[in-house]
Amino acid sequence: MGQSGFVRKTMVPAAAPPMLEGTVIGWLRANLFNSWLNSALSVVFVTAVAYLLWQFIPWAFKSSWTANSLVECRQQIKAGFGEDVSGACWAVIRERYLQLIYGFYPADLYWRPNLTFVLMLIALAPVLFPTVSRKLLLFSCMYPFLGYWLLWGGSIWGVALVVAELALAFYLLSPLTARFGLLITIVGVVLATVLWWLFAVAPLQSLFHGILPLGLRAVPSNQFGGFTLSTIIGVTGIVASLPLGILWALGRRSDMLIVRSISVGFIELIRGVPLITLLFVASTLLNIFLPPGTSFDIILRVVIVVTLFSSGYVAEVIRGGLAALPVGQYEASDALGLDYWKSMRLVVLPQALKISIPGIVSSFIGLFKDTTLVSIIGLLDPLGLSNAIRADSAWNGIVWELYVFIAVMFFAFCFAMSRYSMHLERRLETGH
Amino acid sequence: MNELQNKGGNGSRAGIEKQFAVRIANMNKWFGTFHVLRDINLTVHLGERIVICGPSGSGKSTLIRCINRLEEHQQGTILVEDIELSSDLKNIDLIRSEVGMVFQHFNLFPHLTVMENCTLAPIWVRKIPRHEAEETARHFLEKVKIPDQAQKFPGQLSGGQQQRVAIARALCMRPRIMLFDEPTSALDPEMIKEVLDTMIELAEEGMTMLCVTHEMGFARQVADRVIFMDEGQIVEENSPEEFFNNPRSSRSKLFLSQILGH
Repeated sequence: MGQSGFVRKTMVPAAAPPMLEGTVIGWLRANLFNSWLNSALSVVFVTAVAYLLWQFIPWAFKSSWTANSLVECRQQIKAGFGEDVSGACWAVIRERYLQLIYGFYPADLYWRPNLTFVLMLIALAPVLFPTVSRKLLLFSCMYPFLGYWLLWGGSIWGVALVVAELALAFYLLSPLTARFGLLITIVGVVLATVLWWLFAVAPLQSLFHGILPLGLRAVPSNQFGGFTLSTIIGVTGIVASLPLGILWALGRRSDMLIVRSISVGFIELIRGVPLITLLFVASTLLNIFLPPGTSFDIILRVVIVVTLFSSGYVAEVIRGGLAALPVGQYEASDALGLDYWKSMRLVVLPQALKISIPGIVSSFIGLFKDTTLVSIIGLLDPLGLSNAIRADSAWNGIVWELYVFIAVMFFAFCFAMSRYSMHLERRLETGH
Repeated sequence: MNELQNKGGNGSRAGIEKQFAVRIANMNKWFGTFHVLRDINLTVHLGERIVICGPSGSGKSTLIRCINRLEEHQQGTILVEDIELSSDLKNIDLIRSEVGMVFQHFNLFPHLTVMENCTLAPIWVRKIPRHEAEETARHFLEKVKIPDQAQKFPGQLSGGQQQRVAIARALCMRPRIMLFDEPTSALDPEMIKEVLDTMIELAEEGMTMLCVTHEMGFARQVADRVIFMDEGQIVEENSPEEFFNNPRSSRSKLFLSQILGH
């Protein structure tokens, strides 16, 4: 009767894994051929990829780089590779790549977009990577003004006056808040800034410029184009729509009825209207409403519209993150005595934004690709330029080469964003 | 060791003139149309340890969550150290910084290290310099016996360790009153003791405590008073001795037989 029950007498030691674990064949068997369905899918997929490459590679490499027109291209390819070969005419890229990058920006001033781009990378570095010195953040704050001045040129005094007013406002923010309260201070500062921009900057600028003319040659907005234009609209839109989106998302979850109604109204309006409609509003309707004689820069208008559009989507993504956060996090920060803004900044948003990273980056990638829509209102982004290039009799009828080039450039940018978001998710992982 | 006692002011003048920690008078609260707290009257003096127990859904958690305004009451008054809880946000923040709270599910901030969890509120609410706040945090982490985990994230700790960090986090604000909302209910059995030991130590130092708990051994050992709640009201209020040995209401008899009977 003493046989019931079980007592282990010796413990089982750890053993090596079965033979195929960790070898190539083992991996293939586990991942590609582990069932009949999976094996069939693997075969079909590999065949399809092989077929596409078999078509694409000869087209891409039996090509012409030196011709000056599409007709010449075809002659060169026939002469070089045989009668019935149809190869790519990359010559159009060689001839027009500067235009695709810079648009109609004056050729002797290409250093300015170049420098702006390099400085942009420097300004973004401390924002994107925590290992970069925090002191660079000051440069990041100054960068938008510097970048604007480098790209558009003109007198330095205009930018300097704007920066001076903002710096003063920033410096006075906390004493004014202590005196008048947050809401009145913010409204006052925004009002003062707008009035300053509208009425004080222009006369003061011409005054100072008369005394000490310092500046760069001005480049008007209609000379901007190509990837420079896409990057300006895309990056400005991305950088500006994140904080705006956060505010809309917080507004939508606010206890205050008015704030909540405005946020909901804005977000639903933005999401219910196609971007193209809003771009048309920016390009045509806005001029009707503005007082006659005011020239409101078209790129600026487009940037504002794209930013507002994107912020609506970002807001909804962030709202998802806020809702996903356990209610205990809000309660714990309340219980510690953190006020609303501190609790949002220190406890809630860091976690909510982390949850929302994939969605936010998707919105940003979407925004960057949507910048191609500006070609519809006449701005010469890469797609707009591809039409312009085709309008040239030498390149009439060329399609694939231009689109492949534009696609590769866009892919590089968007893929980089996607990889960065994955890196960020890994970096913020704290094991819970 | 006596710092908390002295701060509470209870040690020096005990028995002569007791200071009020919490006074709740004729308080009522509804969730929608559901009358969740009914005519609550409760006075807690500084240095007192109160254990609140009762069947689930009896309003115990809601009651202590009203004390730091995580829940809003609709009728009656709640005074915390003579400050009345109303919709005045300044008063609410003031009270919250004086009242520490420990939750059933810890509610540590997972994106911050243990040290940052403990220094966040002292730095941002109390405006204490970082190095000073870290020193305080180290002191309390040592007290809850996890000094060497300060740089880890909460997700890397066991449940019992997390709850002790949560206690340390609350203590770092140097609160005069501590609220515990079922602090051991989400823990594995072998981790309950380490948390209870920390709480007992805290009680022995004279901290004013209101604990919602089902740990009757803890109640017997440290409580000055046991409050039994059912259906949103205080049904019995007594010394632990009397409450456990000689419960007077039929509801508390039933409750005690159910939790002690197995």
